[in-house]
Amino acid sequence: MAPGALYFLVFHYGALFGNALAFVDYVPFLGLADSAWVGLANFQQMLGDPQFWNAVANTIVIAGLQLVFFFPAPLALALLLHSLVGTTVKRFVQSVVYLPHFLSWVIVVALFQHMLGGAGVVNGWMGEFGLGAIHVIGNPDAYKPLVVAQLIWKECGWATIIFLAALSQVDDQQYEAAALDGAGWWRRLWHVTLPGIRPVIVLLLILRLGEFLEVGFEQFFLQRQAVGPEAGEVLDTFVYFTGFANGEFGYAAAAGLFKGLIGVALVYSANRIAHRLGEQGVYRR
Amino acid sequence: MRATYPAWQGKPGPGLRLAKAVALVVIVLLVLFPLWTVVATSLASPQDVIANGGWVVWPERFTFGAYSEILDGGVVTRALLVSGGVTVIGTALSLVCTVGLAYALSRPHVYGGRPMLLLILFTFLFPPGMIPLFLVVRTTGLFDSYAALVLPFLINVFNLIVLRGFFQSIPAELLEAARIDGAGELTMLWRIVLPLSKAVLAVVSLFYAVAYWNRFFEAIIYFNDQTKWPIGTVLRQYVTGGADLSGDSTVTSAPQSTQMAVVVLAVAPIVCIYPLLQRYFVKGVLTGAVKA
Repeated sequence: MAPGALYFLVFHYGALFGNALAFVDYVPFLGLADSAWVGLANFQQMLGDPQFWNAVANTIVIAGLQLVFFFPAPLALALLLHSLVGTTVKRFVQSVVYLPHFLSWVIVVALFQHMLGGAGVVNGWMGEFGLGAIHVIGNPDAYKPLVVAQLIWKECGWATIIFLAALSQVDDQQYEAAALDGAGWWRRLWHVTLPGIRPVIVLLLILRLGEFLEVGFEQFFLQRQAVGPEAGEVLDTFVYFTGFANGEFGYAAAAGLFKGLIGVALVYSANRIAHRLGEQGVYRR
Repeated sequence: MRATYPAWQGKPGPGLRLAKAVALVVIVLLVLFPLWTVVATSLASPQDVIANGGWVVWPERFTFGAYSEILDGGVVTRALLVSGGVTVIGTALSLVCTVGLAYALSRPHVYGGRPMLLLILFTFLFPPGMIPLFLVVRTTGLFDSYAALVLPFLINVFNLIVLRGFFQSIPAELLEAARIDGAGELTMLWRIVLPLSKAVLAVVSLFYAVAYWNRFFEAIIYFNDQTKWPIGTVLRQYVTGGADLSGDSTVTSAPQSTQMAVVVLAVAPIVCIYPLLQRYFVKGVLTGAVKA
């Protein structure tokens, strides 16, 4: 128990104190204690910084796209898998679609470049059929759909696990009764399946809303350079590039702290909404 | 053996079954085909790859040239060793610490257990930012040390909660009986709790191992010494466009088949252990999701 406790003390609570950086004009060789205390100046600078707001806007747009396109995808896939009766096929498909979850973003990005890049597989085919090349990689206009597609490729299968578990809990007798009353496939889906797994859907939706600003870091870090900051900057990469590329550690820490605080507020309010809706939410009270 | 449809559902029409089959095949191909062309390209001779415009679906002349080239003691060999070492040692350390803490937190009446759990869960809600964590790593002198790839990630809260949840589901009578027989806490953990938890331990180790193996970003900010880079970081340099912040591209653009061979080597260990542990996934993920 002791090493574990020490770990949390040093790397989590120690780092919390590190957030004091947000209030100083940090000079590396002076250290935290001797750097000049500037109060909220870093936050003021942030609020007037168009690059910061650009990162906020990109983050919100990408998070919105993730919510609309990535959130329902595993549910659809889970419904498809659940409707299979042959266990061999089902197992096989499951093992295949879980796999990408375990690949790192470096590999996923490399695969997408290999497939969709200028000299990639898809453009090779396009050429063979006499069609023009499509510019997906390195094209700022295609960047946001691309990152969402990558997320779906990587995580959609893994995310079905929880939906599949929920689907298997739905009472068969309800389907039987509905079918006897003449309900077709769509009506059974709408009136039996979806209500049956509603708590899970609501829970996952809340979790997602609570982490709305967490669009992911590594994926964007790897690909920002190819499309430039205007299209590719999100909050996390903004923190990274401000801190490590420009050396403005205090300012970067302020932006990071800002994001963290908004995140806590989002989780908290999402939970409040859940409780109000009569669902359990992420934590109980 | 034909599986049977539930009576109320009836057999779906041929159109629907065809649509389902097509959808499944497409989904499986979407996942496997990119991986397949990467393997094929890595095994093809450089001339074939160039002739075909940078990739092949089926290597006409098999060659392990790309592999023997990068495994010949260069950057990639060293990176694979680094990643392997970090993964093995990191996973072992993480397991010991996570099990210890999870067991302590799973027992009732441990002094300070409740507040401690809350403090830990709070870090889940409010994770340390990148810059503050960087400062801690520098202050603790972990710069340019392999420990920087392990210690900041020693315990994953999700894994901790999964294990704690599982430990709590072990009947208290078992432990009570052992205590009456004079067993101490460590004996109970070693002799009773751990043998019962093999499946969930397998899942947690897999999660840790994959996380350690895939880690690349930390090496960029914590290491000045590029010879210590793990495979993920090297892969990024090699394949996904090197010239970037981290500056001097020590690696010049390599031929496609070599690049793809690096990708294959970075994926291979995961694909190898994946089937062994796969049947435990669902159990592990769901224990955590329900208890959290």
